[in-house]
Amino acid sequence: MIQVKVNGVERSFHGDREMPLLWYLRDVLGLTGTKFACGMALCGACTVHRDGEAIRSCVVPVRDVAGAEITTIEGIAEKGLHPVQKAWMEFNVPQCGYCQAGQIMQAIALLRSKARPSDQDIDELMSGNICRCGTYQRIRAAIKAAAKGAS
Amino acid sequence: MSRIQNVSRRGFLQGMLSGGALVLGAYFSPGVVRAAPTVDTPADRAAFHPNVFLGIETDGTVYIIAHRSEMGNGSRTALPRVLADELDADWNRVRIVQAVGDPRYGSQDTDASASIRESFEIMREAGASARFMLLRAAAVQWSVPVSECGSGLHVVRHAPTDRQSTYGDLASAASRLPVPKKEDLQFKPRSAWRYIGKDASLYDLEDICTGKAQYGNDVRLEGMVYASIERPPVLGGKVKSCQDQEALRVPGVRQTVLIEPFKPPHALQPLGGVAVIADNTWAAFQGRKKIKVVWENGPNAAYNSDQFKKELQQTARQPGLVVRNEGDVDAEFAKGGKIFEAEYYLPHLAHATMEPPVAVADVRDAQITVWVPTQNPQSVQETVAQAMGMPKENVTCHVTLLGDGFGRKSFGDFAVEAAVLSKKLGQPVKVVWSREDDIKFDYYLPVAAVYLKAALNSGGKPTAWLQRSAFPPINSTFDATAIHGGWELKGNWIEAPYDIPNLRIENGPAQAHVRLGWLRAVASNYHTFAVQSFVDELAHHAGRDPLEYLLDLWGPPRILNLNPPHYPPEPGHPLDIGRLRRVAEMAAEKAGWGKRRLGQGHGLGIAAQRYSFTYVASVVEVEVTDKGELRIPRIDTAVDAGTAINPAYIKAQLEGAAVFGTSIARSGEITATNGAIDQSNFYDYPVARITEAPYQTNVYVLDSEAPPSGVGEPGVSVIPPALSNAIFAATGKRIRELPLSKHRLQ
Repeated sequence: MIQVKVNGVERSFHGDREMPLLWYLRDVLGLTGTKFACGMALCGACTVHRDGEAIRSCVVPVRDVAGAEITTIEGIAEKGLHPVQKAWMEFNVPQCGYCQAGQIMQAIALLRSKARPSDQDIDELMSGNICRCGTYQRIRAAIKAAAKGAS
Repeated sequence: MSRIQNVSRRGFLQGMLSGGALVLGAYFSPGVVRAAPTVDTPADRAAFHPNVFLGIETDGTVYIIAHRSEMGNGSRTALPRVLADELDADWNRVRIVQAVGDPRYGSQDTDASASIRESFEIMREAGASARFMLLRAAAVQWSVPVSECGSGLHVVRHAPTDRQSTYGDLASAASRLPVPKKEDLQFKPRSAWRYIGKDASLYDLEDICTGKAQYGNDVRLEGMVYASIERPPVLGGKVKSCQDQEALRVPGVRQTVLIEPFKPPHALQPLGGVAVIADNTWAAFQGRKKIKVVWENGPNAAYNSDQFKKELQQTARQPGLVVRNEGDVDAEFAKGGKIFEAEYYLPHLAHATMEPPVAVADVRDAQITVWVPTQNPQSVQETVAQAMGMPKENVTCHVTLLGDGFGRKSFGDFAVEAAVLSKKLGQPVKVVWSREDDIKFDYYLPVAAVYLKAALNSGGKPTAWLQRSAFPPINSTFDATAIHGGWELKGNWIEAPYDIPNLRIENGPAQAHVRLGWLRAVASNYHTFAVQSFVDELAHHAGRDPLEYLLDLWGPPRILNLNPPHYPPEPGHPLDIGRLRRVAEMAAEKAGWGKRRLGQGHGLGIAAQRYSFTYVASVVEVEVTDKGELRIPRIDTAVDAGTAINPAYIKAQLEGAAVFGTSIARSGEITATNGAIDQSNFYDYPVARITEAPYQTNVYVLDSEAPPSGVGEPGVSVIPPALSNAIFAATGKRIRELPLSKHRLQ
């Protein structure tokens, strides 16, 4: 059995310990905000936080998050909207929106490590997240705005 | 074409409705008997329901149907806003209801950048007729002439007596009135538009940003099992034998199910194969790795991209089927003088939608319900019904949000897979495609070779022009014998809007060996790359400025009338060279063409076209470093899509198109070896990341009073040639074959 806290709720998992966290979240817990897109940590759509750090849930087995605190897009704002979500809305970032939960989770983790990110920081830390609609320039603008708003 | 009729329908519902409302139906194409609607929407159930797109409740809530699919294109927001505008509805009180597949909405096919173009008038009509009825209802209540009544935001007013009534209060009374004839409707003047032409956020914006938005992959049903399917690696392959013992030992795996191969033409049928059924997606994926299938591959196993490329290029050099012919190209070429020719090549492309194909089906007795991220729910209904041997009225297709579409989700093969499995298993089934499935079993954009030849006068302008392309046609998906392009040759390829007296357009034959389909901007991806590169080559050959040369090639502003049968004109969308020139001049001006000082290793390139009746031009700035690394600091795009509905999302679409075009140019390449696709995921089919995408795309929307046209696709296919032309400007290196990853740029 594996104990893990997901969005503040203690959970026990009795299934396959090798199951990637993504499928535990989506298929078992029904938290479908975290998306499947590549299954190989190549695109970032499945990004969630493990103890505040961004991980690709499609390649992290449940056994590796035992005792950890997992936060998904559903749990990122304690009340209302997270400032990064607000920035995303202000800049009309999403088109189809499928990758955006992952982008937002990655951006929040980025801003925790770099409060005032440069273009280079953003390139470096967001390049693992693919957006096929091509919303990158708005992602960059929204991250900068969120950074400004927070300072 | 479309007409809203006063047809009483579904009397049994009346007792349930507030105010004993009369429920009215509306139909397209009068006289055509339609199937009964399969699902009642909140709009159908509302107190006032003057047509299929709209319902108003007595509390003032306005339900508007989104009948087209939302995949980032923004139509789920834009079309209801058109209706809300004519209705004078308060957008904050509008609830959008996604339509199931149902012919009562007319075409729901969300492709060809056509949703706005095809639905603008009917949405206005739907809104205007409801507003007219609300005005009439108020006039009757107040015993005043309707001509003295007017609408404000969500209210009807009678100015002379200073009275006002809300839409909610009037809903029941309005529902008892006849639906007006289209001729009697009064449409708002453009100056009174509230929403059309104004920036708006997506209706689903907050749901998307909070993870609440429901995509196909997010559908969960009670008792649902998960399926992952091992499909034949070669098109037309069949299962010879299958060993599933090891798969069945995987915890959570329940069973395997054989899916029959298709009968040609493959069309939208499943490819066949073996499905692994499990309690969750992971178990299904694990089980699938353990099954051992031996395939009988069939004749397409002889398909090898290297060899096919040579054949295709050879075909493009030979005379082909003439599809347009003016003057005498051969006589002009025979005169000798300056002749310039060039060949271009584009490989197959895969869609790689962020959300891979996925579908959920629940088949119970004679009722089939599917939840699909589809661009075409009516096609899904038909295809599923056909596969199950049932009437399509028995199939309900719920349309979820789509995690991208790009044309892939116009093909409902994955919905059929889910339905076939649900029927066999007697329980709800979700078919999950992995990324590898998506890349390996796509409906690919055809590979293409393009040959161009021009005879030039002393100023370098063509006096004769020959353009010829060879590619396996998309129509092969529906007709196994098809070897010539059909739809691909229309639009901007056959329009060839040049001021050249001798012009011939030809198409060479080619056989398809993989499934082929539409991909965002479709044939213009290879045609525009070739033509707009060739024009740039001719300009440099003549020592002329590429922009000035392009304008000269098009000639003076005028309406160009091409003769049928070459190009049957589309009503309302004449080919306007003035508009084409204007976008090119605007993009160039904004980019500082010929004026801006560029750094070392930088260059500008331009390309322009009309596509889906939209005029678009992009100027791409590149930087090629000493090491041959490519950066795209800036793109300036000018677009004239006629009447702009939501300029904010026109800009977004064109920004996105620049990235999509960049992916095609930089790294888009699908190849086959012995009939099987070589690529499988983002590591070997890379798409542009934030580091490779254009740093900044500036979009200039030229609003006009012309009818609205599409914005999903046109901006894509100008990017590869503009990018390639910019690389030439920066380095002197000419690229005639994509992707760029095959070339050293230094």
